[in-house]
Amino acid sequence: MRDLPVDGGMLRVRGVELACRQVGHGPPLLVLHGGSGPTPGASYLAALAAHFTIILPTHPGFYGSPHHGRIRSVDDLAYLYLDLIDDYGLDGLTVMGFSMGGWLALEMATKTCARLERLLLVDAVGVKFADRETRQFPDIFAQAQDAVARLMFHDPARMTPDFAALSEDELAAFVTNREALIHYVWEPYLHNPKLLARLHRVKVPVTCIWGDSDGLATPNYGRQLAAALPDARFELIRQAGHAPQLEQPQAFVAAVLAACGGQPARVEP
Amino acid sequence: MRAWFFTETAYPYLPPQEEFESIRVQLPNRMFDPQRGADLYHRYIDEWLYAEECGLDIMLNEHHQTATCMDPAAPIMLGILARQTRTARLLLLGNPIANRRDPVRVAEEMAMVDVISRGRVEVGFVRGVPYEISAMNSKPVGMHERLWEAHDLILKAWTTHDGPFNWESEHFHHRQVNIWPRPWQQPHPPVWVTALSPGSIAPVADHHYVVATFLTGRDKTRDIFAAYRERRRAQGHGQPNNDRTAYAALVYTGETDAEGQAGAEKLMWYITHNKVPPHFSNPPGYNSVDAVVNVLRSGKSPYLFGNFSLDTLIEQGIVFAGSPDTVRRQIRRFYDDVGGFGHLLIMGQAGFLEHDETVTGIRLFGREVYPHLKELA
Repeated sequence: MRDLPVDGGMLRVRGVELACRQVGHGPPLLVLHGGSGPTPGASYLAALAAHFTIILPTHPGFYGSPHHGRIRSVDDLAYLYLDLIDDYGLDGLTVMGFSMGGWLALEMATKTCARLERLLLVDAVGVKFADRETRQFPDIFAQAQDAVARLMFHDPARMTPDFAALSEDELAAFVTNREALIHYVWEPYLHNPKLLARLHRVKVPVTCIWGDSDGLATPNYGRQLAAALPDARFELIRQAGHAPQLEQPQAFVAAVLAACGGQPARVEP
Repeated sequence: MRAWFFTETAYPYLPPQEEFESIRVQLPNRMFDPQRGADLYHRYIDEWLYAEECGLDIMLNEHHQTATCMDPAAPIMLGILARQTRTARLLLLGNPIANRRDPVRVAEEMAMVDVISRGRVEVGFVRGVPYEISAMNSKPVGMHERLWEAHDLILKAWTTHDGPFNWESEHFHHRQVNIWPRPWQQPHPPVWVTALSPGSIAPVADHHYVVATFLTGRDKTRDIFAAYRERRRAQGHGQPNNDRTAYAALVYTGETDAEGQAGAEKLMWYITHNKVPPHFSNPPGYNSVDAVVNVLRSGKSPYLFGNFSLDTLIEQGIVFAGSPDTVRRQIRRFYDDVGGFGHLLIMGQAGFLEHDETVTGIRLFGREVYPHLKELA
């Protein structure tokens, strides 16, 4: 594919200034980050860059990137990224979404799959199966950080930042990202009540890649999601929580390549 | 200067703080005994009525899902006081309109009580403290924008008298807005807005509303009031009168300094009994990024006074306490230090300060302190 006109780290999409990176070579892979923001330095991205042209946008508001008055919901983000792939002609696109980014990928695909090749949903939120008095996802804004870390990670001690050791900028980024997350997911909390009934519109193959210790979007929920999609497989990553790409990057990359028709995965179903 | 008597209507009969994680949001309401609650409601209303007898005006507020305040529906209490009082001005500070889903309902409530009271209502608009976020399922980002959008709708509802209008904004949609009754006071009841930092002062000053600040102490209060005055001058309006500024402190007046300080020690329940974990006191988006970074770094809530001694709190002007003469001098000094202010909001009851003690504090303030403050313009 031709390079996106990213200028000073920014890409213009229909009047929206979008922070965006492009790395690697191969068929296009749009990576939609979750609530912790993009992780451009992560090893899984470096590994995937050998196989794909990775497009890694930052949702407006994350890492202090500019908010746009028109972009206020995951639905708004879905139209933003559909505009991006239309305007820049990204055909045969694989969309990989983590957590909230997986929800976003589903919102896009239920609108149109016209340019999409497949979806990879990684510990995605967004769909509600439970009854009205049961949260599908624990309220991470109503519990202490260490409790949230236990939900999110297989090995919370290894994965949780030490706030005392972070720089001023790193702390500010953490705080800004939490604000940006709330901007998009506060209510209805981490889901769109209408999405379940629209999943039949996802006309491309989906692979759900899930950390088996995820306490936020549990593997059981992930299996329900896969079963509710017309054409989806479910792959479990051992010894990983809500972010298997960070806790088990090698197994994660293998699962992605397998889902994309590359090397067979060394992960168990 | 006007003085307003305020009680937050606490329900203080709780187990030791070690036995619960949070006094707000999650404290099970089985700990609330409705019979004791009823006694407290009647007692608190009596204290407001006694304050009126002593020549003070009346202030009330609301909080949700908390033992620190039994008044989650302040407009209802305001309605009771509108009927029970005759002369006092009635200040609701305030309506948490960044959290209320229906601003038109707020406009109706305030207009109705304004008419019942024959024009004695003063309407506060507040963002609400961070612990209200969960209790009201309110999004902690964008609150400032929602507050002023709700304000615009309420003001239009109060001041439109020739039939319905329609409203379709980012956060509020309403058709055929045409409130009955309209307010007694014209064009509308006086408006107050709280500010806890100079950064949020501009729209308050631009509307020439009363800015109120709570327990912000000497330095911060001076900065907030100075920002208000500077903004008025910068916009070409000249120096605003002191009646545009209000300050809330814990106040207890005794016969002697010792008696006054003993009363204030009991009032300190209000600041020592506010156990709230960081995820409720510091939700993302409520405070500035810088403030939250400091919280993460220090592990301390931005709202902690709990460890301060009474002497320190008095020195900072967060508490005024002692004999009538001492309280008078403390308030006068604070007045001078912050460049003057027009309204003293008296937190004169909290925790286990009993009825007789509360009444004594009100009486001594009303008789021995207030007459000397009235002359302060």
